[in-house]
Amino acid sequence: MTAIFKRELRSYFTSPIGYVFLGITLLVSGIFFVYSNLYRTVKDMSDFFNDLTLIFVLLLPLLTMRLFTEDKKNKTDQLLLTAPVTVTKIVVGKYLSAVVLFGFALVIMLIYPFVMLLYGKINLLPIFALYLGFFLAGASLISIGVFISATTESQIIAAVITFITIFGIMISGWIASVFNYPFIRYAVDWFSVFKRFTEFTAGVLSLSSVVYFLSFSAVFIYLTVLSIEKKRWS
Amino acid sequence: MITVSNLTKKYGAKKAVDNVSFTVKKGEILGFLGPNGAGKTTCMNIITGYISSTSGTVTVDGLDVLKNPEEVKRKIGYLPENPPLYMDMTVSEYLRFIYELKKIKLDYNTHVKEIMETVKITDVKNRLIKNLSKGYKQRVGLAQALMGNPEILILDEPTVGLDPKQINEIRGVIKDLGKERTIILSSHILPEVSAICERVVIINGGVIVASDTPENLSKGLAGKSGLTLQAEGEAEVAQGIIKDIDGVLSVSFKDIGEGVFEYYIETDGETDIRKDLFYAFSKNNMPILMLTPRGVTLEEVFLKLTASEKASKDEHSKQQSEVKNNDSDI
Repeated sequence: MTAIFKRELRSYFTSPIGYVFLGITLLVSGIFFVYSNLYRTVKDMSDFFNDLTLIFVLLLPLLTMRLFTEDKKNKTDQLLLTAPVTVTKIVVGKYLSAVVLFGFALVIMLIYPFVMLLYGKINLLPIFALYLGFFLAGASLISIGVFISATTESQIIAAVITFITIFGIMISGWIASVFNYPFIRYAVDWFSVFKRFTEFTAGVLSLSSVVYFLSFSAVFIYLTVLSIEKKRWS
Repeated sequence: MITVSNLTKKYGAKKAVDNVSFTVKKGEILGFLGPNGAGKTTCMNIITGYISSTSGTVTVDGLDVLKNPEEVKRKIGYLPENPPLYMDMTVSEYLRFIYELKKIKLDYNTHVKEIMETVKITDVKNRLIKNLSKGYKQRVGLAQALMGNPEILILDEPTVGLDPKQINEIRGVIKDLGKERTIILSSHILPEVSAICERVVIINGGVIVASDTPENLSKGLAGKSGLTLQAEGEAEVAQGIIKDIDGVLSVSFKDIGEGVFEYYIETDGETDIRKDLFYAFSKNNMPILMLTPRGVTLEEVFLKLTASEKASKDEHSKQQSEVKNNDSDI
């Protein structure tokens, strides 16, 4: 598992993907931070993070698109699946590499609250809760991307479907509100990673949300394992 | 060591491998021979646990591949048809990755050094894999299979795409490795199999059509053997001379010009008639220009075994296409 994790993390930086992801994420977040916090002199970072969900849609597909498709193209999946490693460990290793890169961008973004500290007193704890919420929401969406990457052969298709899926989840709350059926709204809300994230922006760090995000990832990792196993059996 | 029993793999309605059974003994080099698309790769993929079989079992040292995948996979080094290489890594980085992936307990430095020397890639260890030539890529793939000193090596067409010199080198390496390991090697190149392997399994259309040593296979199907002879002089006279020799079954000839004829002599395969031929021809003042024995090569065996299958298949597909044509008429 660690071998796969290390290799994948490394390969983000032997291709432009890692640099593009970090570069654009930090650029966009910097602009948002200046605009939503510094320029408007607001110390609450929830607007900042709400805007930053844009990178979920635009950049997370970039992180996950090649995780499995590249292996299929180069036939290195043959190496992984005939090595004495379980499929679950392969999937988790790859998933973690994307999560860690995403987390790394967030760690760099931790500068922002400290920049604000230079100008006055702020309460850091709710802000850290926001960071945690944003991280968990991102990790959940990455698990969807990992799953999609395992089900297709081409990077482009993986990226496009992941983009559409995350975008769909983002606007699902709005679509559901059009239908006036509480059941549909309830079902969609349950699935909506973004809806859960807004709880964090309200400054609430609830255990149930954390568990929700973790189980969301676990479900999609499990589905990924199943889809790989299924391919071997068909 | 490896027991494959009643292995069947279906892709939809098509059977890629159909009820294949064979065993490989410890220390044996088994050649897996067949035309392209015969099911060699499918078999190997099932043995290594890459894909599963529709039915049938594979056991390695008594362990089922599906029930104890990790233990079995640890015993096997697999070089697939396309070596599974990460193009963005250097050779040493790649081998380091394999070392960690396979959780090898041996000392890293000595083990990798030894393997790189065996397959002769020490001089390219710091180069990116994507910049290596096909021959070197193949060797890195072989190095990958050797990591962890597995008892069993499964090599899928290890010499495809290499130049003759590299082919010779890789064959030498495989032969050396076979001294202490069990090897299954697939190929559609016959001289390769007869040069390296102790036993050959010929597979065609997903079915095993023969399984024996290369020598026995050639012998068993040979039955009769023959000679080709060129000599000057009247063809009818020569034919008479040849027919008078004991052990000759039949003879035919063809005019190759300038008073020289070529004779195709079929013998019973037991008596050596070469000396008799020489004396008989010299007695009649007919100089022999060329005399070569014609043994049945593994190639002929292979063609014989796979051709009959193919003929019946062709007929089958012909019928099918006729059916289709009828359909389209409606």
